[in-house]
Amino acid sequence: MAEISLQSLNKRFGDTQAIADFTLTVADGEFFVLLGPTGAGKTTLLRLAAGLERADSGSIAIGATDVTRMQPAHRDVTFVFQQYSLYPHYTVFDNLAFPLRSPRHRLPENQIARKVNQVAELLGIGEKLQNRATRLSGGEMQRVAIGRALVRNPKAYLMDEPLSSLDAKLRADLRVELKRIQADLGATIIYVTHDQMEAMTLANRIGVMNQGRLIQVATPREIYSEPEDTYVACRLGSPRINLVPAQMLPTVDTPPGTVTIGVRPEDVVLGGDGPHGQVSLVETLGAETVIEIDCAGEEVRALLAHGQRFHSGETVRIAPRAGRAIFFDAGGRRIAA
Amino acid sequence: MAEIRIENLHKSFAHFTAVRDSTMTIGNGQFFVLLGPSGCGKTTTLRMIAGLEIPTSGKILLGGDDVTFRRAAQRDIAFVFQFFALYPHMNVRENLAFPLKTQLTARAETRRRVDEVAQMLRIEHLLPLPVGGLAGGDRQRVALGRAIIRRPKAFLMDEPLGALDAEFREMMCGELRRLHDRIGATTVYVTHDQTEAMAMGDRIAVMNKGEVLQAGPPQDVYDRPRNMFVAGFIGSPAMNFLPIDGGAANGAHEVRVAGAHISVPRLHAGVKEGKGVIGVRPEHIRIDANGALRGNVFAVEYMGSTQLVTVDTPAGRLRLKAPNTIQVEMRSTVGLQMDATRVVVFDKDSEQALPSDLINGNGHG
Repeated sequence: MAEISLQSLNKRFGDTQAIADFTLTVADGEFFVLLGPTGAGKTTLLRLAAGLERADSGSIAIGATDVTRMQPAHRDVTFVFQQYSLYPHYTVFDNLAFPLRSPRHRLPENQIARKVNQVAELLGIGEKLQNRATRLSGGEMQRVAIGRALVRNPKAYLMDEPLSSLDAKLRADLRVELKRIQADLGATIIYVTHDQMEAMTLANRIGVMNQGRLIQVATPREIYSEPEDTYVACRLGSPRINLVPAQMLPTVDTPPGTVTIGVRPEDVVLGGDGPHGQVSLVETLGAETVIEIDCAGEEVRALLAHGQRFHSGETVRIAPRAGRAIFFDAGGRRIAA
Repeated sequence: MAEIRIENLHKSFAHFTAVRDSTMTIGNGQFFVLLGPSGCGKTTTLRMIAGLEIPTSGKILLGGDDVTFRRAAQRDIAFVFQFFALYPHMNVRENLAFPLKTQLTARAETRRRVDEVAQMLRIEHLLPLPVGGLAGGDRQRVALGRAIIRRPKAFLMDEPLGALDAEFREMMCGELRRLHDRIGATTVYVTHDQTEAMAMGDRIAVMNKGEVLQAGPPQDVYDRPRNMFVAGFIGSPAMNFLPIDGGAANGAHEVRVAGAHISVPRLHAGVKEGKGVIGVRPEHIRIDANGALRGNVFAVEYMGSTQLVTVDTPAGRLRLKAPNTIQVEMRSTVGLQMDATRVVVFDKDSEQALPSDLINGNGHG
């Protein structure tokens, strides 16, 4: 595995600046997640790294090698696509063995068998090796597709929303498998997603993208508790962070220049001496309850532990948990407390 | 508005039974959710209420009237498929007025009702605008307005938010529920998404293979699932199931799992050797050095307000939700403590929950 270094990349499609002045170094063995909405440029960035697109300017190095002008096949990276692209007429075994039998990698069959079995075991598809690819469930097919990437030992893996076509439960299961496999292999991965939950749970570091730019790069914990700006604050966390005008919470000690205060729903405390509001919606979610409070025209969401009961129409007082408010200036940028 | 009552409703298609002997009452003004995986019979049930399918046997009563064989158009029910379809060449006002136009409502009356609905949905300022330029959320509101303007006796909704992306869905969930709280219309809502069902329903009915397995307020179904299907279907991540060593006797308040003693709510029935399974939700397991059940941490997933820890124990893999303030290392060994008041014991063969201090609800047996 190897480090990936992207330096000042730019890429334009017609009038659209898809990637703007993009610089990032992904460490050897790091699980790096690029998070952003559709059209943010995440997939383009991944394709640039893979060599499927050519950058207008900037450079790309994988390990010690400058690959900026290198063909995809020579970059020694493996791409996992959103849709499983399996050979339908092949068995699972042959699908997994395929990359190892290609002219570039040709290995002796006994070594191929060992490698295929090992990866199949890792992904829990050891018993399906002789099945035709078309006889598999969606989740199994995607495991095979990921497995086909894992049989090789490339310098890095590039993954484009590989779990997005699966149902929620399967996605959660595969997510945790993928995370563990990555840790065990010490693999370098750049993983693209628009799903903040996936980003938070998988990443060593997250890069939040918008309109071709990298807005913030940090660990999930840092990015969650110290978002660079209101955009990043809203991209992470569900239910979404509350952003309220500073004057709504006069009792909170704010640094100079604060215009907006951000409070995560789990950091909204009910009671105390904060402003009054009226409960407008109660959503019981089993493990926890979300309530929406109408506070002088602002909607505030609070995430409550199980057992606290509220009713629509009830009056409550709200305040941020001590030390957990996040402060933003007029431009929406975070101010250190 | 009206109460909807279904009695022994049954529907077969050739050799396939889509809905089996189902009975339920949807109270006047209730938001009732039919929840289940695809093919469970929830949409067929809804279509029978709407009059789009005729039941093989059984009865449907709408506000006390037997409507079982009445045509859809005569039932005064609004069926909402999706909140998408707006007429692109009409402005917001014309879109809202359209259902009334087809009913030949007087112009002044139409105007009054459009204004009223627009006010209710807080879209008055959008009335003269073309729908093409509207933001996604506003489009959904207009579509919603079009469904409610007819003032039907009940709304039937078949996965209306299914086609929306996660962010919009979350927003529209809240919007729909708030609207329901305001107009109080009896609503039957079909979904396969348990989060949606939990968040929106006054009551939910969980269906599988044509049968209603359990109906009740969402929190009650979540806390006291009557069988393993319901227990596993509701809640994310799902409830953990671990096999019990040996059996358990009537009156027991402890079982053994992989050799560890686990306290459970006092059982009001026994379970045979090798047939018992405990069910415990991720938020009811704590990492505790003194915990009797031990396991190896397979993965730790940071989720912002909490973290999700996957642990391999001798009894199987389980997931728990831990506060984000504690540090858990992958590959470390941890002890696990379960909230003794929240554990459900099931019989693996019947898949039914054993009656206990928890499942019988009142704590006294």
